Amino acid sequence: MIRYFRTRQAALTPLLLLMPAIVTMLFVVALPLVFSLWTSLTPYRLTRPETIEVFIGIRNYVRIFTDDDFWAAFGRTILFLAIALNVEFLLGLGIALLINKITWGQRTLRTIMMFPMMFSPILVGFQFKFIFNDNIGILNNALQSLGITDQAIPWLVDGRLAMFSIIFAEVWMSTSVFAILLLAGLFAMPRDPLEAARVDGCNAWQVFRHITLPFIMPFAFIAMTIRSLDVARAYDIVQVMTDGGPAGRTELIWTMLARVGYENARMGQANAMAYVSTILSVAFTYFFFTKLIAARRYMGGAE
Amino acid sequence: MSAISLSKVVKAYGKLEVVHGIDLQIAHNEFVVLVGPSGCGKSTTLRMIAGLEDITDGDIRIGDRLVNDLPPRKRNISMVFQNYALYPHMNVRDNLGFGLKIAGQPPRVIEERVMEAAEILGISELLERIPAELSGGQRQRVAMGRAIVRHPEAFLFDEPLSNLDAKLRVQMRTEIKKLHHKVKTTVVYVTHDQVEAMTLADRIVIMKDGYIEQVGTPMDVFNHPVNTFVAGFIGSPPMNLIPARIAGDAVVLSDDVAVPVPDRLKAHVSDGMAVTAGIRPDDMTPVGHGIHDTDQMAAVELTVELAELLGTETLIYSHLAGHEVQGKMFDPRDVAEGETLEFRIALDKLHLFDAQTGRSVRAG
Ligand SMILES: Nc1ncnc2c1ncn2[C@@H]1O[C@H](COP(=O)(O)OP(=O)(O)OP(=O)(O)O)[C@@H](O)[C@H]1O
Ligand SMILES: [Mg+2]
Repeated sequence: MIRYFRTRQAALTPLLLLMPAIVTMLFVVALPLVFSLWTSLTPYRLTRPETIEVFIGIRNYVRIFTDDDFWAAFGRTILFLAIALNVEFLLGLGIALLINKITWGQRTLRTIMMFPMMFSPILVGFQFKFIFNDNIGILNNALQSLGITDQAIPWLVDGRLAMFSIIFAEVWMSTSVFAILLLAGLFAMPRDPLEAARVDGCNAWQVFRHITLPFIMPFAFIAMTIRSLDVARAYDIVQVMTDGGPAGRTELIWTMLARVGYENARMGQANAMAYVSTILSVAFTYFFFTKLIAARRYMGGAE
Repeated sequence: MSAISLSKVVKAYGKLEVVHGIDLQIAHNEFVVLVGPSGCGKSTTLRMIAGLEDITDGDIRIGDRLVNDLPPRKRNISMVFQNYALYPHMNVRDNLGFGLKIAGQPPRVIEERVMEAAEILGISELLERIPAELSGGQRQRVAMGRAIVRHPEAFLFDEPLSNLDAKLRVQMRTEIKKLHHKVKTTVVYVTHDQVEAMTLADRIVIMKDGYIEQVGTPMDVFNHPVNTFVAGFIGSPPMNLIPARIAGDAVVLSDDVAVPVPDRLKAHVSDGMAVTAGIRPDDMTPVGHGIHDTDQMAAVELTVELAELLGTETLIYSHLAGHEVQGKMFDPRDVAEGETLEFRIALDKLHLFDAQTGRSVRAG
């Protein structure tokens, strides 16, 4: 009998030791998830707490899926993501390649490169809001002083330009994520295959295209995974710079979601959007992760 | 016309000169091995031939082309690296075919040549694998395959076997030799292992500190080392080198040990000359356990300090004239430490070097 208890206890030990983590996860992740899933199935309004008990099935989802504005925001988010990630990748790659080449002052440059990441996105948003302001912004000021234009370019007022401005701010802030990870990739790159490729007949571009690039792509995929999660939930910069305007032309999923949830107090519907957004993020993460894993297969044999 | 020719080739890194104006002519289809101790400039020389390092001065020709300023891709050579340097993200097939693909060969030709190379090296089953899934020996084969598919003017090998275990190394050594017989091409092969050099080479180039010490066939450098460095470097176990003095017709090793000057060297030495006597362990054996008596023979008594049984022979460590020496006992019997044996030295194999310059007295 005692023996029986002993072995039972031994079997339970790992579970017991994991208990704090499990409990924390339950409260911090699982419970809110379940709660928000539930509220997305109710007409929950912050102003009328009793509505949380009314079950309305998938009506919230039906509503957002039939809402053109939602789809516009959804599409814009994906566009935003696609442009920001590609531009950041290309710029980051360029920066990494340049820094990899220099031998003097490399450490300092690497540190300086991190600066944009150290600022709060809200402050970056404010900063660019002032830079792009059509009346008092330094950008228009500079352009006019240089005589490039004599008009005040409506950077944040015109729909297209506003989108461009936001992407610009986002890219400015986060290109270093790519640059740093790609630089790490370049540092890890063995030198021999590059030389082998040169002997095998490659010119500089072919060496880069066929050897260097495939080798550092896994690092790019890591950056893309991180950044796709980041950008898919972009809110602060947009909120500060344009607040989704002009006339909803820069509205992304999360700015729309915050408006519906907090300004209109329709939490139920907002949570339904949040779920859609989460699925979008998961889809992106999954996509890049599969690519990463496929590419990582050969990394073990890099030597 | 040589396949590869180096004339007065100098390499300096900044102010530091590491290769000092070397000359070397390599004939078509010749297997030349560059050998020497670590840091003597073998890899640097090879990499200059490949075009991976600029040359500071001098000329390098491949075939009849001056290639001083040509990038590696225009030199029509291929190279096998010490760490294999396979392309990690490509499978074996693509690794082998990569050079041909870059050269714009049609897929049919690539496929044909890849299969041919894979066949020669016995890696046909591995074509779909990536380098991470191969053993060291297999990677080595792929690296060689990649070199031969392009049918280059010359192969360059930089210590290709040094990452393999001893047994595999011997096996691959033989395979490289066979490969050279099959694929007749000029080979320049770098190693610091003199056994590898002796077994593979048509001609050996012995380097030291950025200079070429001697160039010759394995037989030549073994039997006629031009200086004490080559004498000590080629041959395993190394040649015994003992300081001595010429007194009349005798090489005096110490007050109580002297051997006659061999007839063939008499003309090259003078009375009172300070020399270094060189005797290979194989040429110093106990009576009845090695060399047969001839008239060119000297006798010495040695006390066994350590005996290493190697199977067909026993290596005997002792002191001769105050210097540690090694002798060999062929067809061995058990010997006890402290036992004194009578040894014979084959005088026709005795080497004498000028003590001042280290050069063989025969070389003048
Ligand atoms: N990039 C470099 N900068 C400065 N010195 C170098 C450089 N590469 C090599 N050397 C020096 O040149 C000399 C020759 O080097 P090399 O690599 O040719 O030697 P090696 O004969 O191949 O030696 P090992 O058997 O160890 O490979 C060495 O003294 C080395 O320190
Ligand atoms: Mg080397």
